[in-house]
Amino acid sequence: MLRKVTLLAAALFLVGGPALASSKAHAPREVAFSFEGPFGHFDAAQLQRGYKVYREVCSACHSMDLLAFRNLGDKGGPFFDPKYPNANDNPVVKALAAEAQINDIDGETGDAMKRPGIPADRFPAPFANAAAAKAGNNGIVPPDLSLIAKARAGGPEYVASLLQGYVAAPAGLTVPAGLNYNAWFPGDVSAGWTGDHGHVPPGGFIAMAQPLTAGQVSFDDGTKSTLRQQAEDVAAFLMWAAEPKMEERKQMGFSVLIFLILFSGLTYASYRRVWRNESH
Amino acid sequence: MSGHSTYQPSNGFARWLDARLPVGRLVWDSFVDYPTPRNLNYWWTFGGILSLCLGVQIVTGIVLAMHYTPSAAAAFTSVEHIMRDVNYGWLLRYMHSNGGSMFFIAVYIHMLRGVYYGSYKAPREVLWILGCVIYGLMMATAFMGYVLPWGQMSFHGAVVITNLLGAFPVVGEAITTLLWGGFAVDEPTLKRFFSLHYLLPFMIAGVVILHVWALHVVGQNNPTGIEPRSKADTLPFTPYATVKDGFAMSLFLILFAVFIFYMPNALGHPDNYVRADPLVTPQHIVPEWYFLPFYAILRAVPDKLMGVLAMFGSIAVIFALPWLDTSKVKSMRYRPQAKLYFFIFLVVCVILGFCGAKLPDDQVIPGLTTIKVFDSDLNSFVWLSRFSTLYYFAYFLLVMPLLGLFEKPLPTPETISSPVLGGDKKD
Ligand code: HEC
Ligand code: HEM
Repeated sequence: MLRKVTLLAAALFLVGGPALASSKAHAPREVAFSFEGPFGHFDAAQLQRGYKVYREVCSACHSMDLLAFRNLGDKGGPFFDPKYPNANDNPVVKALAAEAQINDIDGETGDAMKRPGIPADRFPAPFANAAAAKAGNNGIVPPDLSLIAKARAGGPEYVASLLQGYVAAPAGLTVPAGLNYNAWFPGDVSAGWTGDHGHVPPGGFIAMAQPLTAGQVSFDDGTKSTLRQQAEDVAAFLMWAAEPKMEERKQMGFSVLIFLILFSGLTYASYRRVWRNESH
Repeated sequence: MSGHSTYQPSNGFARWLDARLPVGRLVWDSFVDYPTPRNLNYWWTFGGILSLCLGVQIVTGIVLAMHYTPSAAAAFTSVEHIMRDVNYGWLLRYMHSNGGSMFFIAVYIHMLRGVYYGSYKAPREVLWILGCVIYGLMMATAFMGYVLPWGQMSFHGAVVITNLLGAFPVVGEAITTLLWGGFAVDEPTLKRFFSLHYLLPFMIAGVVILHVWALHVVGQNNPTGIEPRSKADTLPFTPYATVKDGFAMSLFLILFAVFIFYMPNALGHPDNYVRADPLVTPQHIVPEWYFLPFYAILRAVPDKLMGVLAMFGSIAVIFALPWLDTSKVKSMRYRPQAKLYFFIFLVVCVILGFCGAKLPDDQVIPGLTTIKVFDSDLNSFVWLSRFSTLYYFAYFLLVMPLLGLFEKPLPTPETISSPVLGGDKKD
């Protein structure tokens, strides 16, 4: 009895722990990402497509400060090539880095200059500072995307749903100028709602205009560029960016668990043997 | 329990050392020959598990500190540097952050075990109080540790909690200024929290030594609550307790590993992956799960100072347990009524935990509007926390003292070995 109740209590504590904010947005749509589950792997082709979406679309507004081009060629990354264990030598990574123009100082004259990137460079930020970012985005700084897939409840599924969540505002909802209605964005739209107060539409007003539409990014591997495809690919890429060691972690976890289970069996056997003549 | 030592130095060096500094004898007497009641169940393995947790936190913490930068500008990035660029840094960090939660799971089980079996009763009052001191230090350590990654929840959690101390009359402001190292949570706060977060675990280790010392003077309690009378009641610590503790630790490590490797962020809050920004307050500030019941008690009371006093009181009352419980019988095994109130207490603690995670005005049963009492509808988490807080205190301050005087306990066995050895009462 004591045992059961306490276990139950512990379980409830664990489940009840992190609080969910009382947002009235739609719950994120389920996506069967390849990296889910205890044996999940990132799908390199999907990460490559996702990177392309980020490069061509999102990077116009969003920085990714924690990522360097070399990370793209790290083990588990989108452009990893076993021939180049050191990602700095990976020609694909070098070429991607060289596409970017990096701010630097001319060593001879001390003047500000731009130069092509190298794998060790971080992804360049689209705006020089927060004020510039605000000025270009209706007074709101687009958040850095390095950790976004871990920084929102719902993770990559939330990101994918948000990008597909620009549905037409229901009749009776006035969208403030410069903002956009998104049914998956947590917020409160009751200020713009003239209808029944018991039925305020889900979602919120977001400063980001719909960034993706069908066919916007053409994929080199021939994958059909639907809105859903692009949204899920970039969400997968952002999950990798937020947790690049996920694959390694799950693999190691498997060995650790096997070891611990065997070890527990062994200690249990010793326990039985040591206590065999003792009543308790 | 402390009989005379049976230590036999096994070689010349051991004999030489034993005459000068008998550490070998100390270890032998404490962890090998030490008599443990033969009827201890698995709830008694959490002491060993807690030592393991402290060890894990200290070792992983020291290595994390080699790579961590305690500054408002760099802390967040340095934690991400650990996650991305330090070899196995992600493992260290996830061990440390989930290790904190594991530590609290273990300590709560350990403490509830003590309550259920009356382990705080004479002659174990000092042992109990030392345990409560450890728990207090753990809470301080974990609170300051959570501030270190300098995410949104770190920062705003620190603001909320440190501001509470400002509620005390006269000294409140001086205390918060001292904690902050200024007039707001900022750079100096982070630096002193880091320094203290490094220091406190070693103070915990010191108090653990006192705790174990006190334990070895009075001996362990056991599920019957009857003190051992003869050698038939006990078994030597090694190998009997060591192997059982080892098995339990191994099972506990499986749970720990599942969190580290498969759900490392399940017990954290997504907002803590957002860099701290003093100008943007998260919608909903919540502490780590292990503080939620106390947070609920804090918010149950409408007055700020009274709320703070209730919160600290809810922890302080645990220290007084040895004198609040008037029962002559230790173990609840023989106290059916006490058992009932204990299980209600357990459920109430879980409910308080839930309330701590919710917004006070949210409805417990969605869509049901009842009557507004005082400041909120009766169907709200704030009212649920109020009723639960009432029970929390009533359990310690009313049930514990009165039950011992009025209940009718079941008959208790003569000795520990009489129930376990099939009740062979020969004399
Ligand atoms: C035109 C500029 C612009 C582009 C292009 C853009 N965004 Fe945004 N994004 C913003 C702004 C501004 C915000 C802040 C919105 C707010 O908080 O109201 C934002 C917010 C977000 C958020 C956070 C939403 C939240 O929960 O707070 C995510 C996720 C996001 N963008 C993903 C993307 C992705 C993925 C792309 C590329 C497909 C992209 N954005 C392209 C401007 C942009
Ligand atoms: C009683 C033992 C301890 C407990 C309960 C504890 C708890 C915590 C917690 C909850 C965090 C926040 C984790 C996160 O969310 O990232 C943390 C961070 C940290 N702790 Fe500890 N800790 C303990 C001992 C130590 C020790 C002995 C050190 C050694 C110096 C240490 C160093 C650190 C460092 C550097 C961080 C920041 C890095 C990070 O956030 O991962 N800790 N601690």
